[in-house]
Amino acid sequence: MSANRSLVLRSFVVTLVAIACWMALSSVEMANATTAATNPKPADGLAAWDSVYSVLTYPRCINCHTATNYPQQGDDRHRHFANVIRGPEGKGVAGLNCISCHQEKNSDATGVPGARGWHLAPLSMRWQDLNDRILSSAEVCRALIDRAKNHGLDEPGILKHHQEEPLVVWAWNPGLRPDGSARSMPPLTHDQFVGATRRWVAAGTPCPRSRSSP
Amino acid sequence: MTTYQLSVNGERREVDVDSSTPLLWVLREELKITGTKYGCGISACGACTVHLDGVATRSCVVPVSLIGNRPIVTIEGIGKDPVGRAVQDAWVEKDVVQCGYCQSGQIMTAVALLKDKPRPTDANIEESMGGNLCRCGTYVRIREAIKSASAQLN
Amino acid sequence: MRELLKAASDRALSRRRFLRVSATAAGGLLVSLYVDLPAFAQEGTEAPPQKIFPPDAFVHIRPDGQILITVNRLEFGQGVHTSLPMILADEMDADWSQVVAELAPAADVYKDPIFGFQFVGGSGSIAHSFQQYRELGAKTRAMLVATAADRWHVTPDQCRTANSVVYGPGNQSARYAELAADAGRKPVPDKVRLKEPSEFRLIGKRVRRLDSRAKCDGSQKFGLDLDLPGMKIALIARPPVFGGRVRSFTDKEARSIAGVRDVFEIPLVKGTAVAVVADKFWAAKQARDRLKIDWDLSGIEHADSSQLLSRYKELARTTGNIAVSTGDQKAMDAIAAPNRMVAEYEFPYLAHAAMEPLNTTIRFDGDRAEAWVGSQFQTFDQMAIAEVLGLKPEQVTFHTEMTGGGFGRRAVADSHVQREAAVIAKRLRGTPVKLVWTREDDIQGGYYRPMHVHRVEIGIGQDGMPAAWRHVIVGQSILAGTPFAAMVVKNGVDGTAVEGTADTHYNIPNFHVSAHHPIVNVPVLWWRSVGNTHTAFVMETLIDELATRARIDPIVYRRKLLKADAGKLRRALDLMDEKSAAWRTKLPPGHAFGISCHEAFDTGVACAVDVSIENKRPKIHRVTIALDPGVAVNPLTIESQFQAGVAFGVSQLVAKGAITLKDGRVEQRNFDGYTPPYIVDAPVTVDVHIVPSTEAPTGCGEPPVPVISPAVVNALARLTGKRYRSLPLLTI
Repeated sequence: MSANRSLVLRSFVVTLVAIACWMALSSVEMANATTAATNPKPADGLAAWDSVYSVLTYPRCINCHTATNYPQQGDDRHRHFANVIRGPEGKGVAGLNCISCHQEKNSDATGVPGARGWHLAPLSMRWQDLNDRILSSAEVCRALIDRAKNHGLDEPGILKHHQEEPLVVWAWNPGLRPDGSARSMPPLTHDQFVGATRRWVAAGTPCPRSRSSP
Repeated sequence: MTTYQLSVNGERREVDVDSSTPLLWVLREELKITGTKYGCGISACGACTVHLDGVATRSCVVPVSLIGNRPIVTIEGIGKDPVGRAVQDAWVEKDVVQCGYCQSGQIMTAVALLKDKPRPTDANIEESMGGNLCRCGTYVRIREAIKSASAQLN
Repeated sequence: MRELLKAASDRALSRRRFLRVSATAAGGLLVSLYVDLPAFAQEGTEAPPQKIFPPDAFVHIRPDGQILITVNRLEFGQGVHTSLPMILADEMDADWSQVVAELAPAADVYKDPIFGFQFVGGSGSIAHSFQQYRELGAKTRAMLVATAADRWHVTPDQCRTANSVVYGPGNQSARYAELAADAGRKPVPDKVRLKEPSEFRLIGKRVRRLDSRAKCDGSQKFGLDLDLPGMKIALIARPPVFGGRVRSFTDKEARSIAGVRDVFEIPLVKGTAVAVVADKFWAAKQARDRLKIDWDLSGIEHADSSQLLSRYKELARTTGNIAVSTGDQKAMDAIAAPNRMVAEYEFPYLAHAAMEPLNTTIRFDGDRAEAWVGSQFQTFDQMAIAEVLGLKPEQVTFHTEMTGGGFGRRAVADSHVQREAAVIAKRLRGTPVKLVWTREDDIQGGYYRPMHVHRVEIGIGQDGMPAAWRHVIVGQSILAGTPFAAMVVKNGVDGTAVEGTADTHYNIPNFHVSAHHPIVNVPVLWWRSVGNTHTAFVMETLIDELATRARIDPIVYRRKLLKADAGKLRRALDLMDEKSAAWRTKLPPGHAFGISCHEAFDTGVACAVDVSIENKRPKIHRVTIALDPGVAVNPLTIESQFQAGVAFGVSQLVAKGAITLKDGRVEQRNFDGYTPPYIVDAPVTVDVHIVPSTEAPTGCGEPPVPVISPAVVNALARLTGKRYRSLPLLTI
């Protein structure tokens, strides 16, 4: 055997081994990633939930995810003007429907926000109690994954809701108020919110333990 | 400036306006039909109420660009509708109006209510009419007229 | 004198050229109607000029029989468009089904016969024009009868009239339309017989409004609906603090909006601003929103509600300018402390907020001008426009537009809206321009019912009745600086601030009322029922509190305390008692009744309310309200005015019913921040009862407003045991 051939052979083996190592390492990484996704640490899941909760209970989200018989508005969550009310399906009442004013897009020149299918979240998805106190992280979490309450959404469904539901997406494009000022936005970006939801779902939607109410 | 085709009281109309122009001002200034009124511009008073695809809608906040081909009915056209005519007749019979400026909106809202609930209760009336302002305060007679129209229709 | 009379007649007729065919001829159609000294006459001057009211300026009979009656008042909801023609048509024996009405333009002939200028206010339309319209109708009838009598060679007293027909002693008959042209050539009689009340066919009857249908089918045009060829729309960007001035502005972005014609600085009555003129409203608004203005806000007071409140409360502890002082002012000192009470009341600024935003349209043609205004003050507004344009008032043709509410906001001595419009019209010479105040301009633009503080000290007698009363009122003077000041501000007291207290119909001994009128940089104005808005609240809640303290029924207590000659109030109180006794004694749990009575604009009113608390707000289930307005010309419009007037009065109670200022800026922007009552805030049912009377008619527009707030609060006091001395009601 010539020296060249043994060099080629050695290179080939080295390359093969390198590839094998790389593949092994990759698969370990992937395994780790998958493991992390499928079996993330509970702490990660709960941390992710904290992020989700921070958005859900952001004041202007509670404006529609409300316990009251009427929507609220503004960062200070005052009662929506003109006596608009929930109505039997969360869409107002005849003569005074949500869509009497709210169209499919924001109307910045007149200060009215809009998104397709403007209406209130069902009472089962309220994030405050009847004394106008924001529900605890545990309570909101439990409600969110309760299919009897969330209109039958499974985990992918929840993720999709956070990703695509026009009224949810609207929160990050809330438009201008009648006085021309910009409405505030939730504490995370939409991508961060979706990402946190994804991590929470991947962790098996863990919920924090209840604590006695303050 | 953009051209929009609108259906107004059963007629096809064409207007050339800025896309942000609220339907209210298209009706009043482009089409010169002034029965629909400007009271506040922020949908708080209901004086601008029209029917958009059968839904009572506050035209002061709806940009013309979002109307599409949804038919528009205003106070000038509601009389062709039996419920509309009954409501207008009841309003006259019960001597509801005072200054009258809010009444186009009150009537359009009342028609939407009666189409949904032909025999509205007091609670139904308060809920559906709850967002229409009458500065003169003719509410007592508005309630009576709605009940009277309901009785006429049923 | 002849020239004067003829000139007046010509002025009245010149705009009627198109009606000349059916109308009466120009010539000798003059009637002098001597009236009492107008309220503004100063002592020592000559007798006032004779008032001329030619019937043809008020009534036109068309060939087809239609009768057009001209109303010398603004119609802004109160119903004069119907009730004044009723009066004339009744005396005229006109066929009511043929009557149509129109609103008079500004002209001498349409001036209020008592006050001598053309206006609507003080609930005075019927009170001041009842006699006038009766005579106009009777004289017109007399001229028609005289014409028929001539034709038939009979005497007038052999004829009778009914439904626009004259009947002779035989089979003769002639329709008014046939007789009109000849009748116009008859002299107008000096004296004429008026009907006995038993002969009334319209007056006293429930007659439906003439303007209903048009207001229900979209065809009624209001001032804001006016459209003229070539007309432009103007909006004004106002300083955020009253009296501010433009230091500089950039309008590049504003001018880039399609349809914008001009942007320029203009003077205001106080301060300066920037005007935008565009083809259409939306363009003007878009442009105004894009203006960048640097305001000079130095050298002017930045009024602040909380600072004003402190200042007013301090002032209220000192005696002001005396409005009335009876008896012995030391009597209070003689009363032991346990029998004395002190109450302090707070009232905010209130916006009138009529549904139709303020607007004025003017076209200036150099030597004349034409104006269209929904005006409560035609004479003053016409003068102001003329002044700005450098014209005489008679060179300004001034049309009175059907109007979407006023409540006093359209009766402004400085005619500021008209002046602004005239300045713009002058610049746009030849082009009509409609100045519009947006709702934001209206809510933030001032001319509010002033803020007030009352401090009342009462010494209570052994019998539970007040034995001494010291009352200090603090609030800006509405009339100071206006042409009305000389008449209404006496001894430093603005009568409109103390009406309802200083002139109380309660028999209160040792009664002392004084007022302070601070000068504040916030323009102020009437608001429906003016001083009574706050004085009635104070009086009627205190009286109720005294009655509760004395364990006397609130109605009995009032009867005991009212002066013997308070006839109207006594009758209203009795009628209200009679009509509400049944339900007052059968209230369900959680309900309470409240009583109040108050006389305003010479009309006595008493009411009882049924109130419960729902969702932390007062829910008014029922109001029984009785009034004595003298002759009730149209009981239907009166019923409407009272049913709706109490809903208007609830404005003072609703949580967002206050205008507040912080560092000179009004904190509310639109109806989301300053919110009038919606249907849910208003009483559910209101039954109205009118005391039968043959006395001269008195006002019905404002009197329902003052009684409702105290009555509701008196009911709340029964439910909660609390006293409510600060309006609006924020917590119950």
